[in-house]
Amino acid sequence: MTTAAEAPTTLVGEPVRRVEDPSLITGAAKYLDDLKLPGMAYVAILRSPYAHARIKSIDTSAAEAAPGVVAVFTGKDFEHLPPLPCAWQAGGVENFVNTPRTLEIDRVTFTGAGVAAVVAESKAAAEDARELIDVDWEPLDVVVDVEDAAAEGALQLHENAPGNIAMDWSVGDAEATDRALEEAEIVVKQRLVNQRLIPNPMEVRGAAATYEPATGQYTVWMSSQDPHIMRLLMTAFVFGIPETKMRCIAPHVGGGFGTKIFLYHEYVLMAALAEKVGRPVKWQETRSENYAATTHGRDHVAYVELGGKRDGTITALKAKTYANLGGVLSTIAPGIPTTLYGRMLSGAYRIPNISCQVLGMYTNTGMVDAYRGAGRPEATYVVERTVDLFARELGLDPVDVRRRNFIPPDAFPYDPVGILKGLKYDSGDYEKALDRALEIVDYEGFRREQDEARQQGRYRGIGFSTYVEICGAAPSAWIGTVGEGWGASMWESANIRVHLTGKVAVTIGTQPQGQGHATTVSQIVASELGIPIEDVTVEIGDTLNTPFGYGTYASRSAAVGAVAVYNSLQKVKAKALRIAAHMLEADVDDVVFEDGKAYITGAPDNAKTIQEIAGAAALGYDLPEGMEPFLDDTTYYDPPNCTFPFGTHIAVVDIDAEIGEVKLERYIAVDDVGKVINPMIVDGQVHGGIAQGIAQALWEYGEYDESGQLVTASMMDYAVPKAEFFPSFEVERTETPTDVNPLGVKGAGETGTIASTPAVVNAVMDALAPLGIRHVDMPLTPERVWRAMREAKNGGGEA
Amino acid sequence: MHVGITVNGVQRDADVEPRTLLVDFIRDHVGLTGTKIACDTSLCGACTVHLDGKAVKSCTVLAVQADGAAVTTIEGLASNGALHAVQEAFREKHGLQCGYCTPGMIMTTVDLLAASPQPSDDEIRHALEGNLCRCTGYENIVRAVHEAAEVAR
Repeated sequence: MTTAAEAPTTLVGEPVRRVEDPSLITGAAKYLDDLKLPGMAYVAILRSPYAHARIKSIDTSAAEAAPGVVAVFTGKDFEHLPPLPCAWQAGGVENFVNTPRTLEIDRVTFTGAGVAAVVAESKAAAEDARELIDVDWEPLDVVVDVEDAAAEGALQLHENAPGNIAMDWSVGDAEATDRALEEAEIVVKQRLVNQRLIPNPMEVRGAAATYEPATGQYTVWMSSQDPHIMRLLMTAFVFGIPETKMRCIAPHVGGGFGTKIFLYHEYVLMAALAEKVGRPVKWQETRSENYAATTHGRDHVAYVELGGKRDGTITALKAKTYANLGGVLSTIAPGIPTTLYGRMLSGAYRIPNISCQVLGMYTNTGMVDAYRGAGRPEATYVVERTVDLFARELGLDPVDVRRRNFIPPDAFPYDPVGILKGLKYDSGDYEKALDRALEIVDYEGFRREQDEARQQGRYRGIGFSTYVEICGAAPSAWIGTVGEGWGASMWESANIRVHLTGKVAVTIGTQPQGQGHATTVSQIVASELGIPIEDVTVEIGDTLNTPFGYGTYASRSAAVGAVAVYNSLQKVKAKALRIAAHMLEADVDDVVFEDGKAYITGAPDNAKTIQEIAGAAALGYDLPEGMEPFLDDTTYYDPPNCTFPFGTHIAVVDIDAEIGEVKLERYIAVDDVGKVINPMIVDGQVHGGIAQGIAQALWEYGEYDESGQLVTASMMDYAVPKAEFFPSFEVERTETPTDVNPLGVKGAGETGTIASTPAVVNAVMDALAPLGIRHVDMPLTPERVWRAMREAKNGGGEA
Repeated sequence: MHVGITVNGVQRDADVEPRTLLVDFIRDHVGLTGTKIACDTSLCGACTVHLDGKAVKSCTVLAVQADGAAVTTIEGLASNGALHAVQEAFREKHGLQCGYCTPGMIMTTVDLLAASPQPSDDEIRHALEGNLCRCTGYENIVRAVHEAAEVAR
């Protein structure tokens, strides 16, 4: 038997180097595009060049005759398959209604919709032949802008959606809120545009499939955040076959940011094509396809009113929000601007009256669904921008107004006037994070500097975002309640197998896209079992050998997934203890397990190592009476509550008055994500999130022209930020415990994106305050800022 | 057309279409998939390799242009089983998350440090302008480049 190597007491909380990295830094890691199956054919998809058009006919004969072509297919070839499911039916959305088909048959409602597919011997042959497909299009009128779509007499995109309304959803007490606004001493109103973003993971999407006629078995590979969900949706809702007839595999995934949660038509298409052509097929998305056909994020127009007293107390918040969902519905599109937005509009504040109406709208644009943060960045933007406007209106310091309205530490668990439908904020100490951030930035010093700068005609500003967000979806009972048709549970799973040698295999149902699950999970396993981290292997991504799990999104992989790992370890340890007691001929109550060894209390010299215990368990000939062999256990963990991370982000900007360019000078983040398993990984998550949120504030915009063409359709035109756009981020943490889960973790994957956008916009508006500029919509590009400044100087005031 | 390119020290010959890009030659003909394709427009740098010792975007070079040249890819960076200092530094400083931009980032960094062994923050951020990363906010990539420079000193 091996003996336990030297291992620290716990690796939880340590900046352990990632176990994923050796294969990633050497180019050995295999992503979807690196997959080459024997006999594989390549697929190219013809997409709609029009935002709205009828397909009168499609002539594929020339493409079929092209060299290297195996076959060409159109939507009619897949008429027997239903449209894709819409899995989160908030606001009265019906399943299968206005969702993409395997290939569109008679009409398209956005540029990029798939209408035909070429299967060929090479990627180049498939792409060449695609040019030869002749579609007889009948272009139709379009409606692109979300408010135009909502206007009286607007073009109707779908017969079943009068007024282009996909859903009409509301939360809160509208009557009481209206009354409170009427009674308020002061009310600020603002129209806020949360522009469309294009998520841009570095690895775009792709899928491959095989089909075995003899067994009816499909295997589908896709770049996915949730292969189990892909299998469930495809088998149960599209193909109508048992789950066991399909295996879904996610190889290494090169970033997702939400876009790889969803079931896309190409995945169904690959499975169907593998069956039709009788050989493996693969489709690899290009970046331009990714811009057009993969989901986008945000795209809200919100009319917000915030009322309160002259002393800065907030008494009411009301929002009416138009959420642009695109031409068809993506998998969970209706859930994002409802549960994850409307229910989070209390922010970090005690607001006695809140109401929100959300109109989910169809337009001739690409699908909009979850993008990092998913609803919470939009909610945070509404709350944090409006609180700043309120403070400005009152002539109060935005820090003081925030402090005055914070939910105090003793008010937790806190119910934000019922809008979370039964959930409560778990824990928080909002002032602590704020105070630390103010200390780092030297707030008083900055205000002095700012006064001096203003006297010299310079525009410097500071902006705050004291956010709270919701992580760890979710308690199944709650999701069932608020799911509004979703009807799903959202627990998470983990299996622990301790091999004969004491080496440990872990399988989990979550699916990383760069977050380092294998490292984080290995740290927990190594710490709990007292074994070297090298002895842990984490298996991920294949529905064949991992327990069912809901996947990785909503910052749930630690708060739900890792807890499943932890709980499985407790079961394994309990069994190991019983075996050790048997080996030591002692009563189980007298035996303790510590640092990988079990011994009778007070007699650590006569210990059994976990490796010895695992060996005894696996061999199984000398176990306690009636005990099954092997150390192996699985947990399906369903948390009692979500978790609510919070913090304070501060941006400091300096504006070049000549050209309107915003220079981000400092960026400070003090987050509280509960206990931290790996601070190096959490810092990395925060950095990346901050960069994406700043980019929304200053540069990124997914823009359609009036004919529904995507103007920002490549990295040439869409501003994915570069290294030189950013200062070095100053990141710190406070740690407020949560009792929602035994690890005390809250979730850290999205805080940066959720918090940072309003901090930057607030800073720019603070800088521009001497000009009387209250608000400029994002992105705050030099052109927009320069125009606002020019108008203000020419006597405007209101930009 | 026939091309002969030395890839990571091994002579590779193939008949390719004239339009074949160097990145496709490396990935499809040689079978080394560490070099990534991510943008179609020569902006992201995921496909960066060294062509006769200089970093190039291999999606912007035709295979025939590289005929007779020596190419180093991410797979060829480690020597005798020992990782290159830049690879080590990226791991040490958590300069990667999903890993998709990483091969290109590392190849560009090696080129940068060859030209400027002790670069400043600004120099690093400027040198990486042709390599996009969506995960890290570049913070730890910059730290990794400093770390590699420090180790080399």
